[in-house]
Amino acid sequence: MTPGAWLGRVAMIVVAVFFVQFFVIPIVWLLLASTKSPHDLITTGPFTAGSFSDLAANWNALVTFQDGIVFRWLGNSTYYSLAALVITLVTTVPAGYALALSSFRGRHLLLTTTLVVMLIPNTALVLPIFLELSTVGLIGKPLAAILPFSFFPFGVYLTYIYFSTSVPRDLLDAARIDGCGELAVFLRVAMPLATPVIALVGFFSFVANWNNFFLPFLTVPGKGSPIQVGLTDLLSNVPSFNPTAAGVTAIELPTLAVATLLSVLPVLLIFLFSQRFLVAGLTAGGTKE
Amino acid sequence: MGRTRSSTSRHRISYVFVSGYVLLALAFGVLPTLYAVRMSFTTSEGTFSGVENFSRVIDDFRFWPAVQHVAAFVAIWLVALLVLVTVLALLVHQIGVRWLSSGVRFVYYIPGALAGASAVVLWLFVLDPTVSPVSGVLHAFGFDSFVQTISPGNLPVIFAVMAFWTGAGGWIVVMYGALNSIPHEVLEAARIDGAGVVRTALHIQLPMLRKWISYMAIISLAAGTQLFVEPRVLSQASHGVVPNDYSLNQLAYLFAFKQQDLNGSAAIAVMLLVVSLSLSVFFVVRGGLFERD
Repeated sequence: MTPGAWLGRVAMIVVAVFFVQFFVIPIVWLLLASTKSPHDLITTGPFTAGSFSDLAANWNALVTFQDGIVFRWLGNSTYYSLAALVITLVTTVPAGYALALSSFRGRHLLLTTTLVVMLIPNTALVLPIFLELSTVGLIGKPLAAILPFSFFPFGVYLTYIYFSTSVPRDLLDAARIDGCGELAVFLRVAMPLATPVIALVGFFSFVANWNNFFLPFLTVPGKGSPIQVGLTDLLSNVPSFNPTAAGVTAIELPTLAVATLLSVLPVLLIFLFSQRFLVAGLTAGGTKE
Repeated sequence: MGRTRSSTSRHRISYVFVSGYVLLALAFGVLPTLYAVRMSFTTSEGTFSGVENFSRVIDDFRFWPAVQHVAAFVAIWLVALLVLVTVLALLVHQIGVRWLSSGVRFVYYIPGALAGASAVVLWLFVLDPTVSPVSGVLHAFGFDSFVQTISPGNLPVIFAVMAFWTGAGGWIVVMYGALNSIPHEVLEAARIDGAGVVRTALHIQLPMLRKWISYMAIISLAAGTQLFVEPRVLSQASHGVVPNDYSLNQLAYLFAFKQQDLNGSAAIAVMLLVVSLSLSVFFVVRGGLFERD
């Protein structure tokens, strides 16, 4: 290898390692910070671990805050995300199936609309949806989060791609010749074949719902808040960032770190255990093979 | 004859299959859009008011600063994404060791799990020199307190770094996938012809990535104009050092909730929606990446 090639290689390694650190340091720090006392957080080095007793103390501070409201937030998040997930699956899988394997009037329009809406950032519709829901008096009700979450064009796109590429039409036709009705063909032949894409849509829908901030912030304020919104509630009781905060109970920084960790834990765990999945889904977005 | 009947029934049942999705699309895609458009052209009593809501919002003293803030953030973020995502994807693609390559990709991707408020709260810590894991870096830049770090001039960069941290990994994975679709023989032929890593990247790999890069640019441009949770949380944490009318969506929020001006709020939402919608339609109609049929 020439000296230039060596230098190039070294430069590449430096860049790659720098970005590994950039992406990973905040997360490692968060894990460590939640095990420290407020005092240790400031006085000890950022990459030293605390103790289990401090972790327990931080945990206690979090769960006693406003009589354990954090569990209510987590419960809300779980309820909204899972309920929306179910409605999303029930509506998107048959829709993707029909769009892929039959022709009907309005099919092209529906497909194009799905694509267009899929590429719009989901925050763009939040204010319009809020205005609409407040007119019909749904604000504050769980449905005000669940129903908008359930509309998931990306899921329709994924199932559409899947059914039009991975499920052989001949197989469905064979079932028809055997006397299966259209509903039976869908339920007994197509659905079992579609398990991978159903899981994929479920994953993306759950993550999007769990992490959504803007929509529930407007449509289910107060007691109906999911954890993402609750976290910012907690933040307004942290004196260190906000010295004028006059909350009854002050939240210390390590407690906020525990709450932040808790708020991402479900998604983080799903990420860790379904890496292959994710990559498949991300690349399936655009190519039709 | 039998075939005709069965395919007719198949087409008819399609309407049943798509009905749930169509209902949701109407209720949470089409209707809110139409409703917001209507509100933006009427008074609070519902009488037609032409462009009055738009001109009131645009003449508001907070409007143009918000546009500038968002534009500065989007510009920095887009450049960072376009340059760094491409470079990092090419880099990861160069790694010959399989487990190392997939490990690095995964590390880049992990922050994607932290979105919304969680990521911003985590970054509050990172930006506060008293607790930050990179306090040395902050001090080196002359930032000795949280308030100094988040001074107005730094905000576009800070928001860009935050957005890059959560979102870049996903795009790197996408680009990596696209790079993998280049046949091995093509790269091999280039190497035999004496093309180095850089020339291969410039003349073979980059042209193949072009569609994906423009896809990323369009999606990110649209998403960037929606900036909300980052300045919102930072404003709350800093008790107003970051203003609560920093971005356009924050301004729309203030119009709706602080001034009870729903029509003005609708006007801002409609303007932002027009931006996103035109980008999206442009991309879908121009086609290429997404197959419709």
